[in-house]
Amino acid sequence: MTVLATPQPTISASETGTETVPLLEVENLSTEFATHAGTLRAVDGVSMSMTAGEVLGIVGESGSGKSVTALSILGLIRAPGRVSGGSIRFQNHGELLTKSASEMRKIRGDMISMIFQEPMTSLNPVFRVGWQIAEALRLHRNMSKAEATERAAELLERVGIASPRKRVSEFPHQLSGGMRQRVMIAMAMACAPKLLLADEPTTALDVTVQAQILDLMVQLKEEDGAAVMLITHDLGVIAEMAQKVAVMYAGVVMEEADVGELFDEPLHPYTQGLLNSIPRGHSRGSALKAIPGIVPNLLHLPTGCRFRDRCPAAHAPCGKAEPPLQRMPDSARKVRCWLHHPEPPK
Amino acid sequence: MRNYLLKRLAQTIPVLFGISVLVFSMLHLAPGDPADLLLGPDATPEAVAELRSDMGLDRPLVVQYGAWAGRILQGDFGRSVVLNRAVLPEILKRFKNTAILTAGALVFAVIFGIGIGILAAVFHQTAFDSTAMLVALAGLSMPTFFTGIAGILIFAMGMQVLPSSGMYPARGGDFFDLLRHLVMPAITLGAVSAAILARMTRSAMLEVIQQDFIRTARAKGVSERGVVWVHALRNAAITIVTVLGMQIGYLLGGSVITEAVFSWPGLGQMMVRAIQARDYPTVQGGVLLIAMSFVFINLAVDLIYAWIDPRIRYS
Ligand SMILES: Nc1ncnc2c1ncn2[C@@H]1O[C@H](COP(=O)(O)OP(=O)(O)OP(=O)(O)O)[C@@H](O)[C@H]1O
Ligand SMILES: [Mg+2]
Repeated sequence: MTVLATPQPTISASETGTETVPLLEVENLSTEFATHAGTLRAVDGVSMSMTAGEVLGIVGESGSGKSVTALSILGLIRAPGRVSGGSIRFQNHGELLTKSASEMRKIRGDMISMIFQEPMTSLNPVFRVGWQIAEALRLHRNMSKAEATERAAELLERVGIASPRKRVSEFPHQLSGGMRQRVMIAMAMACAPKLLLADEPTTALDVTVQAQILDLMVQLKEEDGAAVMLITHDLGVIAEMAQKVAVMYAGVVMEEADVGELFDEPLHPYTQGLLNSIPRGHSRGSALKAIPGIVPNLLHLPTGCRFRDRCPAAHAPCGKAEPPLQRMPDSARKVRCWLHHPEPPK
Repeated sequence: MRNYLLKRLAQTIPVLFGISVLVFSMLHLAPGDPADLLLGPDATPEAVAELRSDMGLDRPLVVQYGAWAGRILQGDFGRSVVLNRAVLPEILKRFKNTAILTAGALVFAVIFGIGIGILAAVFHQTAFDSTAMLVALAGLSMPTFFTGIAGILIFAMGMQVLPSSGMYPARGGDFFDLLRHLVMPAITLGAVSAAILARMTRSAMLEVIQQDFIRTARAKGVSERGVVWVHALRNAAITIVTVLGMQIGYLLGGSVITEAVFSWPGLGQMMVRAIQARDYPTVQGGVLLIAMSFVFINLAVDLIYAWIDPRIRYS
């Protein structure tokens, strides 16, 4: 059974064809982890939406909940963690959070797939890379072993691996880090997913290889029309690849904007801090500043705004209540800051 | 793989040579002259000298070794001093019985040890997991003779459902009689190995399940069953096979006590008697056979190991 044949009563073909129907709609997503010290909310009411073919960048310091958000979308949060609330609607598949394990399995690796940060450890060391790519095709496309292996070789060729027919029968330890990440990409793209979750896909690679991998992702994305959720620390990568950005901090989205807007005029002090901490062409000369302080412990968040104790612009309202993610007038961008709210608490 | 196989096969040759030298020197390291020992204290010096030259004991050691090794290679292990029969057929018969017992114990240990270990890892931190590990710990701390005697008391003498000794009924029997006789000795011998395997399998699986590539498999849409039995088990098998290899050695060696408890007519029992009777050809033949099977089991384990783990095969 193919996923395309899954009956979905509500949306007609003409509606799906329009630009405005979102591919992915995450609303108020919360994901918790039970730890010895208490339950921490790694993702705390995150909302975001993506349209087909779009690249959404997600940035934020370590521990801000980027990976947990992506894993929640894919239904891969496992004990001691759980998605504790919210909604994730995907295309014409509807709500993902209420899907059974086997329904989610049909979506994973087929409609939505994921690339991870660590190419050295993300491939199974005891299976041939061709087999690992072919596995996705056998699972979702009902291909025979021979067909799937043949297709795996074609995919390796497509991700720019030389002599793919030889490489299919090699093991991960015989490949370089860059090649392994290409294999991961081939695996993720095997079933031409509608959404690719790329969790820091280039962080572990050399700078030159990083550029190649990003180029490859752009090329494949264009060819297949996949939307990409690009998680990264690297704002430079976001500037180059993404159309929209969500800035995350301690489990919430602090600011969401089109890339141009965000880089031209970051509204949130946290976003400003992130931008100031990276070397950029036009800010050359002015000293780089890291954001003071450290990411708060999720078990002991400050009252009010969770960025308050590190914020250079903190003022009275910030301690009173947590600001909502407020839509800016005449714009699609949203900011979670009392500075940009029409009615901050007195 | 073929290169690895050839390399590994070549490595066994010096090992086998070393073993043969050790076994050969047993005769010469033992106190007293073999001819003296054989003929007893009343023998005349002439008779001793004649036997010495018959046995070749007056020739240089290297020549003696060469002649002995030549005979061994032709399957001539000498004659048992006690039974006055050729050693090899006797040892092989007994060795077959020990192998049956060891294989039975191994099957028990593999099915229960590995099976329970995997399930305990899958149902990590549940009642099944803690119960299984408690039983395994108990199994580990139970001496073989205790398990064996307790088994005999309960199942042979108390409930009278299983025989307590031997391999077949006195009148002889078929394969099913053998199985009935094998159950208790095999479980007794395999219990400790099963416990060790269960614990090692569980911890190996738990470790593998945490790895990044397991998350990749899940992200691909692989079912939990596929994740556990294909992606994780194949990796955990690297540890499991290593432990298993050590356990086979332990089972072969540990069979002596089990054979004694259940009067199992195996090589262990025969060897104990041969040592007591100073039946050197039998002792030499038995030690040689056991040592050789150790070498070949290790070889087999290494080959399985390389088959599972490509990183070994290609280095
Ligand atoms: N399995 C887990 N158990 C407990 N806490 C977890 C677990 N996974 C994630 N967390 C917590 O969730 C929070 C967010 O983690 P996440 O991995 O999403 O951060 P991230 O933004 O991806 O950071 P990085 O840039 O370092 O990858 C962290 O505080 C982390 O401690
Ligand atoms: Mg992360």
